[in-house]
Amino acid sequence: MLKISLDKLGKLFEAISASQTLYIPTDREDGAAEYKKYESGMKLSNNLNTLRSAKDFFFPQTENLVDFKMEGKNIEVIDVREESEDFVIFGVRACDARSFTILDKVFLADPVDSYYKNRRDHGTVVTMACTRPAETCFCGTFGIDAAAPEGDAACYSDGESLFIEAHNEKGQKFIDSVASLLEEGDAAKLDEVREKTRDILKKLPLANLTTDNFGGDKLNEYFNSDKWGELSQSCLGCGTCTFVCPTCQCYDIKDFNTGHGIKRFRCWDSCMYSDFTKMAHGNPRLTQLERFRQRFMHKLVYFPANNNGEFGCVGCGRCLSKCPISMNIVKVMKALEVK
Amino acid sequence: MQEAMINRAKQLLADGSVDRVIGWKRGEFVYDITPAVFTSAEELDADFVYDDFTAANVSKYLVKESKKEGKILAFLKPCDTYSFNQLIKEHRIVRENIYVIGIPGGPKLDAERIKANGITGILGAKNDNGTLIIDTVYGEEKMPYYEALSVKCLNCKSKKHVVYDELIGEDGDILDSNRFDMVEKLENMTAQERYDFWREQLSKCIRCNACRNVCPACTCEKCVFDNPDSGVENKAATDSFEENMFHIIRAFHVAGRCTDCGECSRVCPQNIPLHLLNRKFIKDINSLYGDYQAGEDTTSRAPLNDYKQDDCEASIVHERGVE
Repeated sequence: MLKISLDKLGKLFEAISASQTLYIPTDREDGAAEYKKYESGMKLSNNLNTLRSAKDFFFPQTENLVDFKMEGKNIEVIDVREESEDFVIFGVRACDARSFTILDKVFLADPVDSYYKNRRDHGTVVTMACTRPAETCFCGTFGIDAAAPEGDAACYSDGESLFIEAHNEKGQKFIDSVASLLEEGDAAKLDEVREKTRDILKKLPLANLTTDNFGGDKLNEYFNSDKWGELSQSCLGCGTCTFVCPTCQCYDIKDFNTGHGIKRFRCWDSCMYSDFTKMAHGNPRLTQLERFRQRFMHKLVYFPANNNGEFGCVGCGRCLSKCPISMNIVKVMKALEVK
Repeated sequence: MQEAMINRAKQLLADGSVDRVIGWKRGEFVYDITPAVFTSAEELDADFVYDDFTAANVSKYLVKESKKEGKILAFLKPCDTYSFNQLIKEHRIVRENIYVIGIPGGPKLDAERIKANGITGILGAKNDNGTLIIDTVYGEEKMPYYEALSVKCLNCKSKKHVVYDELIGEDGDILDSNRFDMVEKLENMTAQERYDFWREQLSKCIRCNACRNVCPACTCEKCVFDNPDSGVENKAATDSFEENMFHIIRAFHVAGRCTDCGECSRVCPQNIPLHLLNRKFIKDINSLYGDYQAGEDTTSRAPLNDYKQDDCEASIVHERGVE
């Protein structure tokens, strides 16, 4: 396996960014990490994960879909799509890497979302194995190995060197583009690093959480559960959980009148909001209980029902950290579970 | 304290004085505490918690809870009692359906501030004479207790309960806080520096509405920004300044009613210091109309709802705006 000394990371970033746009997680003034376009001298964050998820790269919070221009009785339809440039996202964690697979099931299924596909085709995902998972991590619940992340290429750090391994053609192309900086490394040391991380993962407080009692066939067990009232009781109805979630994929499409034309845009929507899926007759989910239930039923029952058993959560733990009232999918799973 | 609260709540439930209790429920970790309503002694024994991490203000929940049948016991920290009073003043809660027990307040801790210090895998945390000792998956960690305080507790304005039916513990005093220091610092910046400061902070907004939804001063049945018929409802910004305007407009809307409880900044997932906008209004109201603390009482007329002949003239805006 190829490797590069950690003190040469800057050189690696320079080399990548010379040929395409590179995004890396970097620390903000408040200590939180966020993906930023790499500029010379920028330091890779030591945080476990970014505050916002990496889904923004493929499914941005807002984007224009099409413009309309009115002249007299004619309406001109303007396609605003542009071919994306090639870009690299470096340092994606195993949970976020899996979230792309989940988003793909939604956006790349027929009919293909060309806006999403455009960015997906041009993006190379370079993941980074975790070595210090947090108490809020439960990716293992969804069969994700934080010590061996997916992605086009994966990186592993043993504290001295960064090992890089390609998973597909795109990843190999990425490695080839920086090959002159890499040297041959002894992969045996890596197994040690992975085992150490896996030992920590086993000791995490949520290590024993399983999806055994959830899935596409559990609609009747949970839909009318009397637990929803208690679980949703304190929910503020804000969109924090949905907006920091790497797998939440619901959006709204609206027209914006610019005064001399229409911009049709889409933006993230949240099932927690009172006007979510509002139709001509009104809103199908009248109270926060129903909106709250929708979010968790979608992740634990409806999504697996439509996607060969795959759950709509990757256990990244962002909602556990960020919910203003600390209500989250882990508490929901534990409270609901009928064995 | 927690034990005294549970015991008193059980008594009041048992003798029929109240049929529900609003407080805080234990989570998966030491810090992830959820506001909750309890209806039985068993539930209280199992899950009721009051400790360093119970920062949430439960006053706003009483808008809904006090309209239900029966009587609810609410445990209020000093800062929460100001929100409670303001809600009474605005006729948003039904006072006779609530039994208020004043409890000692913070300072409370914020796990996000611990994590910002690079401490991860948090399993436990306790204060040892100003040092926070944190038990983690990776062994014991230490940090100054002060650095882990919730942003809402950094400049506590009062340890005094402005309303209660009974107290557990002793009442405190209104404090001589330094809560306007940062506002003054911002005022002393040049217009450009101040603009840059707020642009950087407010541009982090992800429009989750947590600040609005947690705010005890934001109790409109239907917010204009949630109403598709309003013409201003939007889940996306039409330009990069819209998020900025949203927060400024919201601060205007709660001016003179904001008690400075700090919940907006506590819940912001992007760590935007939203409370500073509200404090600027509070400071200006104090200097233009005389000292006023929203929520201190339930009857006085708020400066912005009142007219006095010696009120400042509108030209004050121009005079103060000159650099």
